[in-house]
Amino acid sequence: MNLKTLIGAASALAMTASIAHADNAAVKKALMEAQASIEMAMAALGGGGAAYQFPSLDGDQLTVVSWGGAYTKSQVEAYHKPFIAGTGAKVVSEDYNGGLAEIKAQVEAGNVTWDIVDVELSDAVRACDEGLAEEIDMSALPNGDDGSSAADDFIAGTLDVPCAVPTIVWSTIFAYDSSKMKDGPKTIADFFDTKKFPGKRGIRKSPKANLEMALMADGVANDEVYDVLGTDEGVDRAFAKLDTIKDDVVWWEAGAQPPQLLADGEVAITTAYNGRIFNAVAAEDKPFEIVWDGQVWDLDLWIIPKGAKNKDAAMEFLKFSTSTQALADQASWISYGPTRKSAAPLVASFNSKPDLKMGPQMPTAPENFKNALQNDFEFWADNQDELNERFNAWLAN
Amino acid sequence: MTDATATHGPDGLLLAADGTPLKAKLHQSMKASRRRAFGLVLPLLLFVLASFIIPIIMLLWTGVSNDTYASNMPRSAPLLRAWDGASPPTEAMAEAMVLDMIDARKAKTIGKVASRVNREQSGTRSLYTKSARRAAKMEAPFLDALTKADKDWSDLETWRATKIAATSLTPAYYAAALDYKYTADGEFVEQSEERQIHVKLFWKTIWVSGAVMFFCLLLGYPVAYLLSHLPAKSANLLMILVLLPFWTSLLVRTTAWIAMLQSQGVLNDIFVWIGITGDEQRFSLIYNLTGTLIAMTHILLPFMILPIYSVMRAIPPSHVRAAKSLGATNSTAFWRVYFPATIPGIGAGGLLVFILSIGYYITPALVGGQDGQLISNFIAYHMQRSLNWSLAAALGGILLAIVLLLYWLYDRIVGIDNMKLG
Amino acid sequence: MELPPYATLGQKIWHYTFYFICALIFLFLITPILIIAPLSFNAEPYFSFTEGMMAFDKEAYSMRWYEDILANGMVDPEQPRSWAMFREWLWMGLSPMHTMPEGFFSDAWENAQWVRAMKNSFFIGFFATLIATALGTLAAIGLSRAEMPYRGAIMSILISPLIVPLVITAAGMFYFYSQVGLSQTYTGVILAHAALGTPFVIITVTATLVGFDKSLVRAGASMGAGPARTFWKIQMPLILPGVVSGGLFAFITSFDEVVAVLFLAGPEHRTIPRQMYSGIREQISPTILAVATILVIISILLLVTMEMLRRRGERLRGIRS
Repeated sequence: MNLKTLIGAASALAMTASIAHADNAAVKKALMEAQASIEMAMAALGGGGAAYQFPSLDGDQLTVVSWGGAYTKSQVEAYHKPFIAGTGAKVVSEDYNGGLAEIKAQVEAGNVTWDIVDVELSDAVRACDEGLAEEIDMSALPNGDDGSSAADDFIAGTLDVPCAVPTIVWSTIFAYDSSKMKDGPKTIADFFDTKKFPGKRGIRKSPKANLEMALMADGVANDEVYDVLGTDEGVDRAFAKLDTIKDDVVWWEAGAQPPQLLADGEVAITTAYNGRIFNAVAAEDKPFEIVWDGQVWDLDLWIIPKGAKNKDAAMEFLKFSTSTQALADQASWISYGPTRKSAAPLVASFNSKPDLKMGPQMPTAPENFKNALQNDFEFWADNQDELNERFNAWLAN
Repeated sequence: MTDATATHGPDGLLLAADGTPLKAKLHQSMKASRRRAFGLVLPLLLFVLASFIIPIIMLLWTGVSNDTYASNMPRSAPLLRAWDGASPPTEAMAEAMVLDMIDARKAKTIGKVASRVNREQSGTRSLYTKSARRAAKMEAPFLDALTKADKDWSDLETWRATKIAATSLTPAYYAAALDYKYTADGEFVEQSEERQIHVKLFWKTIWVSGAVMFFCLLLGYPVAYLLSHLPAKSANLLMILVLLPFWTSLLVRTTAWIAMLQSQGVLNDIFVWIGITGDEQRFSLIYNLTGTLIAMTHILLPFMILPIYSVMRAIPPSHVRAAKSLGATNSTAFWRVYFPATIPGIGAGGLLVFILSIGYYITPALVGGQDGQLISNFIAYHMQRSLNWSLAAALGGILLAIVLLLYWLYDRIVGIDNMKLG
Repeated sequence: MELPPYATLGQKIWHYTFYFICALIFLFLITPILIIAPLSFNAEPYFSFTEGMMAFDKEAYSMRWYEDILANGMVDPEQPRSWAMFREWLWMGLSPMHTMPEGFFSDAWENAQWVRAMKNSFFIGFFATLIATALGTLAAIGLSRAEMPYRGAIMSILISPLIVPLVITAAGMFYFYSQVGLSQTYTGVILAHAALGTPFVIITVTATLVGFDKSLVRAGASMGAGPARTFWKIQMPLILPGVVSGGLFAFITSFDEVVAVLFLAGPEHRTIPRQMYSGIREQISPTILAVATILVIISILLLVTMEMLRRRGERLRGIRS
């Protein structure tokens, strides 16, 4: 426990304070909790927190499944390597494309070869509901480095799924090539304005996040987006907005595509996962610019498939990888925000560029978080069948 | 067959050496050799049945039968099926529902049930999971308890959606695959305009496959003609140019076309270089229908050339010569004598190309962009992403029916024995 | 296709136009396959020819994407010393004098994604071919016997994997194999590929059996050879070209197949086409072109093998002396 932690908690407070005007209950709660964590950090000064200790797992083998590319690399550097060094376990990293089909097939066949899987929030909820994931004892998670308990340390509301522990906050944003567009777009409405900013648009081939962005661009305040989208007129309105750019859209599916599309000049502006664009900028020196207005943020979480062969080792891996230091380390490889408040102040610079501070690159940085919307997994769990159907029909017409 | 010597029996029948009538013996021996022949085929037959035919039949079965609800909610399912769908839900139904929910939550199957009902009516997923969480604490009267947990339980539509889900054997998926909605009253209602998609996609799939077949024929026929009329040596050499693509991985060729067609690609570079277009206005040749048609035609062209070639090679040149000597002009001799003789090859090639392009959705998915969405992509999507296996099965069933119909037509017109693989 | 000496001008024009059209079609067939080879030596991470490449600048070409085939997925790909040694080793003609450090190869062998995909492709292809060829050859021999009952019906069942659209086959197998615990296993993929390969074996072996002289078997039997002996000593050598080319078809079917793999295989069973599929979808790097070039070379080798087999078959059956 040191002063650094205290400063960290304070900056977390500042961060949340600056977004408090969003008038969002969750944010207010987070604000109060950030305050509480400062108090706790003060109390813990001089004391010692129960940080994570490596057990010996010599001879154990663990299959960790994630999304590939720069994201998996960040996990390998921050989670796998220290874990292998600390425990002696063997860790095999596999890539997949998301979705529950493989997990479902494994669990139903009783042949579970994946031990721990990185999933999106809506899939985590679904896996939990359908009994595809092990329940996790949240009290076993290590305390934050500032001494706060896990329940307090994680961002409010992110530990609610009983089978899943969140690792990062990621965001769907849009970006453009600043070498080709001098005075680039500033707001989400600009994304849909092909007169002011001509050129093709890259959009993910899925209704998720796109309908929300369309409504925000159409003037719906971010805390009303899901209320509007819950009505038939709201859905029509969102599709009508998408209609305005439909002829200019290049659809992408995998997260690595948008930076490629931008680099190749196939699109002028594209939606993307913020980490992918950041990586293109930081690691490959691409002149891309992220526009944070109207970002839709979401969580990635670990789940342990039901009946995983190395459940205990997987649980250890989960505990380690969601500890304060591991989360903070990961953030030095890719610009996805750690889900523990205690990790925020420890986030330093990009691994190969000490000048590139990671803090301002995060979706949750106050500058970026002004007009942000949290993806409502409950809404999508209820409506994704219908909206996917509608979206597909819309695409085909 | 070794009984070469035969004698005559008392009634004049030919007898084999051991005294049995030769006819019976022959029959026996035929039966044995038939059994032996069948025995040779049997292992493969069993293998194909077990690894291929049965899986497809099982899948098609889920297209008409989905017992997710009935098997996990055993108390309420029969009551719902018996319910008329119009009168207010009864207390007995509510009680069965609550008891089922408690069990399903314990067994962790409530999520599956909720997803199933949610397919019939959006929003019921959270209704079910939420209510199931509270079910253990509910007390009679259960109808009120449910309504208190969520007011949607007082909505008749919720119960009607559940009634559809509770019926295991249902035409609902085939209806959905044809853009109709199957209601709780057993009626079929046309989907609203902005939700109609499948019929359109079936037509588009057939259209694209047909266009690919047409282009393959257009390009393949002259090449096959040339190959079959050149002397063997040069024909063999040129044949390599056909066989090399044939033996090259489909993914490799798809990759190659991306390199060729993309806006910074080889073809556009050439266009810019020779001045057909400016550097700023490069053609969009990929991620649209053009890209799909070009790449698919290239990939399937050898499948058209090879059967036509093998048919053409068997046509005696004397036929055309005879026609010409009888006064036919070149074009008459070609269209009236030569072309009809090549139809079996065209049929075989066409069928192969058509079936392959219907089922191989990878290339359209990679180079077709928005236009690359064909019915096969949707089957894959519903199998792997939305996990709506029953709808995937219904779409697959219709697609299979179309293909088998074409196959049958082909067999009637051309004859399946004429199929050759080059 | 000789032009007769009395051809009119119109005929001549048509004749040469026809040649020209055919040349264009051959160009269409072959260019994409040849174009990837030079592109795979691009020093830049693009799919297009750079100016340096057009000017044959040595700097514009590199082996980096071939190196990436090995490096991609390795735990520690950035072993500079090893890389330099690897290059040297490669240029020295794989000389054993320049052995690589042990860790490098075992790392690439164990962890590099393309190497694993390559191993998977050969492993799955080998067993699928074995099953398809063994069962298919037996069945073809049975089917070609005159006394075979229900030939038409059985033939259409056995050929059906060729007729049913691939996506339905794959979906059905995924559905059924998940229930019996075969989905996401090597066994599942092997069974699927074997089923897809058998029609080719049946077709090619049946075709060779058409020209097979049955009196040879009887001659063998009359000299006292048992059925097994006549099969292995007489029938097999004669139909061998058909069996081998059927087996090659089955192997290439498996080697090239991606739809069933997409449905049935987990990430650890990915084959080369499957890896290429994610590569194209996710990051279009010239590594795919390098892999593609290697695959084209493999298919050229296969083509040569097929051609040699065909000639041997014709010679044995006495079609050509």
